[in-house]
Amino acid sequence: MSEPSVARLSGVTHRYGSVVALEEVDLEVRRGEVLAVLGPNGAGKTTAIHLLLGSLPVQTGRATVFGQRPDAPGVRARRGAMLQISGVPDTLTVGEHIDLFRAYYPTPVPASDLLAMAGIEGLEGRRFGKLSGGQKQRVMFALALCGDPQLVFLDEPTAGLDVEVRRGLWEEIRRHRESGRTTVLTTHYLEEADALADRIVVLHRGRVIAEGAPSTIKSRTAARRVRCVTRVTGDAVTSVPGVVRSETRGQHLEVLTSRPETLVRELLDRDPDLHDLTVVGAGLEEAFLALTRESDEPGPVR
Amino acid sequence: MTAPKQAPRWRIYALEAWYQFLMVLREPAFAIPTLLFPLIFYLFFGVVMGAGSFSAAAPTYMLATYSVFGVMGPSLFGFGAGLAMERDSGVLLLKRTTPMPAAAYLLAKVAMAIAFGAAVVLGIFLLGAHGAGVVLYRWQWFALAGVVLAGVIPFCALGLAVGAWSRGRAAVAITNLVFLPMAMLSGLWIPITIFPAALQDIANVLPAYHQAQLALKIIDMDGGQTTLLHVSVLGVQSLAYLAVAAFGFRRAGTGAVSIHPGGTS
Repeated sequence: MSEPSVARLSGVTHRYGSVVALEEVDLEVRRGEVLAVLGPNGAGKTTAIHLLLGSLPVQTGRATVFGQRPDAPGVRARRGAMLQISGVPDTLTVGEHIDLFRAYYPTPVPASDLLAMAGIEGLEGRRFGKLSGGQKQRVMFALALCGDPQLVFLDEPTAGLDVEVRRGLWEEIRRHRESGRTTVLTTHYLEEADALADRIVVLHRGRVIAEGAPSTIKSRTAARRVRCVTRVTGDAVTSVPGVVRSETRGQHLEVLTSRPETLVRELLDRDPDLHDLTVVGAGLEEAFLALTRESDEPGPVR
Repeated sequence: MTAPKQAPRWRIYALEAWYQFLMVLREPAFAIPTLLFPLIFYLFFGVVMGAGSFSAAAPTYMLATYSVFGVMGPSLFGFGAGLAMERDSGVLLLKRTTPMPAAAYLLAKVAMAIAFGAAVVLGIFLLGAHGAGVVLYRWQWFALAGVVLAGVIPFCALGLAVGAWSRGRAAVAITNLVFLPMAMLSGLWIPITIFPAALQDIANVLPAYHQAQLALKIIDMDGGQTTLLHVSVLGVQSLAYLAVAAFGFRRAGTGAVSIHPGGTS
């Protein structure tokens, strides 16, 4: 087992009726990496995950995990998953759920280690239904790790959690990363992908539109945020080449663009009284918006 | 690396069944109607009103039919409503990604239905023997318990068919719509001989009717049809329900239900 790729989608197209969820997608998960599959709702992230989990049949193309079919028994025992829409029955306790899931695997992690890894020590006697949203997600995370998996899928692990709780869960995922396992994480929080991933694949409308290290993705788009006080309106600059998005905040105009020089020249031409000008490098969020815009020409991105 | 290392199978089956049982026991919305309703109904209609009212045989007749009713509840609800809700919550989909054998999940529900059914039957027997003065031969008590508990097979199969084709809360309503009318039309509450002929004919297609007739045969109070007929109908219907369930699951794609096209993928 020395091949660098632990899971792979090759030329995968998936449809739900007439809706195309994935189109000609190639996706490789490399050994030991944390791969973030990033994209807005409806991009096809969950479909990709479920093809690799074997819970959706492959329609066109190929899906393999550890070189085998994703639903092969040997694969199931070495893989863990935290699904997006998933809870476990409310009336059983955390300890009971962990006990049951551990029984499924040949070499389970000791329950006390799981509680520590997920940061839920002391909750083992509590019923699942009595937990907070963040605690529930931590339990689901612990269940994903029960079998000491070599490959873990986390499908939007922090969706619907508030910022504090989300950052708390990141800590657990980061600690887990150091154990050298392979993790595939889907998210539409760009900050999350940036904070956790070694590599990012950006999915948009069922296609891979970008792929690389977080820094690569940023440099590829090189988006900048231009901010100034001017009488030029946001609408007036949308046609300037490179502009991704513009909006007025208070008395400031804020524009996201891949060509800041062109924009600034244009703005100064139109409004000599322009002042309070700043140009800053954009974060992953902006990079992502720019990428999305590239593959989705007409219409503004929300 | 491909050596099929496996967790001990028996342990998965045992734990799955145990936790299924605990889970249901702690769910008042399930435990109370399935455990208490048959007992309360029998206490009221069989013991209190039955003794001396329209027939001295009523407590004995109802002992058999309310026992069938008591087994039908956990079987139908565990599979019908329980399965649909576990599918909606995503836990079924999650378990399908683990090495858990699908049979462990299904057999856990059957085991739960047998355990709950047996508890209800025991309660009804105690009420009948000590409250209503029902007298049976020892072999009849055992045979009756055995026949009644065998009802988990057709009832679980029917529940599975309902669960495969319905979602979440609707499944609870649909299960009730199957459960209560079928109990009445099969003569589980009052003998169907009281009903108009047209209603009596309907009973012939209901599994609960045939199950009750088998139970009543043991105490010599059945309608006179052959054992072979009842067993054949129950066998054929069970297979038909399983086929309907399998078709439903295939259509829904085991658990892919939580992926909505164009929705939150």
